[in-house]
Amino acid sequence: MKRASFNQLGLPVWLLLPQLVIIGVFFYWPAAHAVRSSFYLEDPFGFGSTFVGWDNYAGLLASAQYVKVAVFTLGFTFLVTFFSLSIALVLAVKADKVIRGTRTYRTLLMWVYAVAPPVAGFLGVMVFYQGNGPMTEFLALFGYEFRLGVNYYDTAAAMVAVATWNHIPVNFIFFLSGLQSIPQSVKEAAMIDNRSGTRRFWDITFPLLAPTAFFLLIINITYALFDTFGMIDALVKGEPGNNPMTLVYKVYVDGFRGNDLGGSSAQSVILMVLVLVLTVFQFRVMDRRIHYT
Amino acid sequence: MVHVALKSISKVYPNGVRAVHPTSFDIQQGEFIVLVGPSGCGKSTLLRMIAGLEEITEGELSIAGRVVNDIDPAERDIAMVFQNYALYPHMTVYNNMAYGLRNRGMAKADIDAAVSTAATMLNLTEFLTRRPSQLSGGQRQRVAMGRAIVRNPALFLFDEPLSNLDAKLRGQMRIEIKALQRRLGVTSVYVTHDQVEAMTMADRIIVLNGGRIEQIGTPAEVYHQPASTFVASFMGAPPMNLLPAHYNGNGRVHLSETIHIEAPVSADYSGQVKLGVRPENVGIVDSSHPDALRFDLEFVEELGAGRLLHGKLGDSGLIVHIPHTDPIPGGEVYVGLPKSALVMFNHETGMRL
Ligand SMILES: Nc1ncnc2c1ncn2[C@@H]1O[C@H](COP(=O)(O)OP(=O)(O)OP(=O)(O)O)[C@@H](O)[C@H]1O
Ligand SMILES: [Mg+2]
Repeated sequence: MKRASFNQLGLPVWLLLPQLVIIGVFFYWPAAHAVRSSFYLEDPFGFGSTFVGWDNYAGLLASAQYVKVAVFTLGFTFLVTFFSLSIALVLAVKADKVIRGTRTYRTLLMWVYAVAPPVAGFLGVMVFYQGNGPMTEFLALFGYEFRLGVNYYDTAAAMVAVATWNHIPVNFIFFLSGLQSIPQSVKEAAMIDNRSGTRRFWDITFPLLAPTAFFLLIINITYALFDTFGMIDALVKGEPGNNPMTLVYKVYVDGFRGNDLGGSSAQSVILMVLVLVLTVFQFRVMDRRIHYT
Repeated sequence: MVHVALKSISKVYPNGVRAVHPTSFDIQQGEFIVLVGPSGCGKSTLLRMIAGLEEITEGELSIAGRVVNDIDPAERDIAMVFQNYALYPHMTVYNNMAYGLRNRGMAKADIDAAVSTAATMLNLTEFLTRRPSQLSGGQRQRVAMGRAIVRNPALFLFDEPLSNLDAKLRGQMRIEIKALQRRLGVTSVYVTHDQVEAMTMADRIIVLNGGRIEQIGTPAEVYHQPASTFVASFMGAPPMNLLPAHYNGNGRVHLSETIHIEAPVSADYSGQVKLGVRPENVGIVDSSHPDALRFDLEFVEELGAGRLLHGKLGDSGLIVHIPHTDPIPGGEVYVGLPKSALVMFNHETGMRL
């Protein structure tokens, strides 16, 4: 590996400075501010604040609504991760069998990933629209009246569907390159050792995909937890009241709609801790377990 | 007893490449067959068709009397050793060897016994709990061998199994594989482009060129009686000398207007020929010798065990191999081409006359 070395500290500090300033101003400072304000009860009209200690946190855990949102977020994350990973895996396995030059195919699929979450949300609104959305009409054929934004579970289903759809491509791409990096000869050796294609998949292919799958698992959890904000906003816009929402969306709703800055800060702090735990877990596992070469 | 029979087997890849032209041969029980030929001649394709990893376009393949064209690789009772070993990276050495046995429903105790016997045979006992990534190239090669032998298959298939090893290890493993095959008596097909491996390991060599069989024969036959100029120049380092000459059916070959010698065969043919002679069969002779031919020595290559004399016989290049105990000839050099060591090829077709 090529290493550059610097004689004095001056130049590297100058080179790093913009990055450090950006991280400091846009991440650490607001984070510190959030931690601070999570211990205060903020006057809604901005006339000062009172120190309340852990009250904001206690309030959250005691709030049935917060618990409900947390449970929904958990379920939402689980379903989106599960469906987007498993559908992408099935697609990738099928694709791996037939394609050699995967370029065009990959690019085509990547377009879906390039759709920003809010746009995906609007597309979702269009597809599930109450009046004449194609999906709504399709479900109506089976006698089901799909009511986006009105029925809690219908809205939740639409959210899961849109988020899953939005995230399948990236999973597919990673799974496909994972599959294609398994040496052909290893698959062939397995063909001689085991006649069942299904068993070969679970014994050989899947374990060799495990590093990819684990990486994607973390990516997907993070996506479902944090990156779906825009999509949810598009789907529930106007009446967040009775609709399902994720923890991240609730931070926004409580802080900006409800003007409860203290409670909303406490929620962000909880989310920050969650990210921290997730990251530590990821590095632990990555270091410890899954690599073979 | 015929063990493996190929009847007009051919292969056309989906992209239209005809990798193997209709090919037929039989392999006897316990025989060690080496497929040799230049890169791209279809060796791997042929082997992979026998393994069942590549579909047979046309023809019929039978193993132990059973037509296996449409039988899964796992059901053909074969084991294959791949060039890059193709070990399962996530499994221990033990599991790499045991995997095929488990899938065949063998009892745990029998698997243990089979793996430990193979491991002892291959000096792998201390590595059984390691992953392939924690082994050296030579050890991985042994694991690949172990995975093949634990299965106790009817047929071993090898696709250049030694080409990723360094020269010394390759020489050692070559001997071990051959000894192992002798001991187990398992019919084997071995692909290589290394002619030393081909010569030393084979009971019979099959020389392939452009998807066609050039010659099938024992190493000695292929070496001394090459069926074509292709085989003559492919086998041997340095290859057989091929001297352009003219033959008019009267028992003598004319290397030039003035140089002519007795023909090795009396063929019913007249026209341009190539006269083949192995460098070690050319003798340095006295000028008084009746068949002495004038040799213009150009330079000498030192090989240690011998020397290669490069030069010209008339207008054609000739390489002579002499033992290191012989002196390097000086002054006017004369060579003799012993009739028994000569082979003659049709110039156009390249076939031996
Ligand atoms: N999957 C494939 N699709 C199309 N053509 C192929 C395929 N595999 C091999 N070929 C072609 O078939 C011919 C024979 O290939 P093969 O791999 O059998 O050669 P080989 O004798 O094993 O060569 P090497 O010594 O380089 O391994 C080559 O011309 C090759 O380009
Ligand atoms: Mg090959």
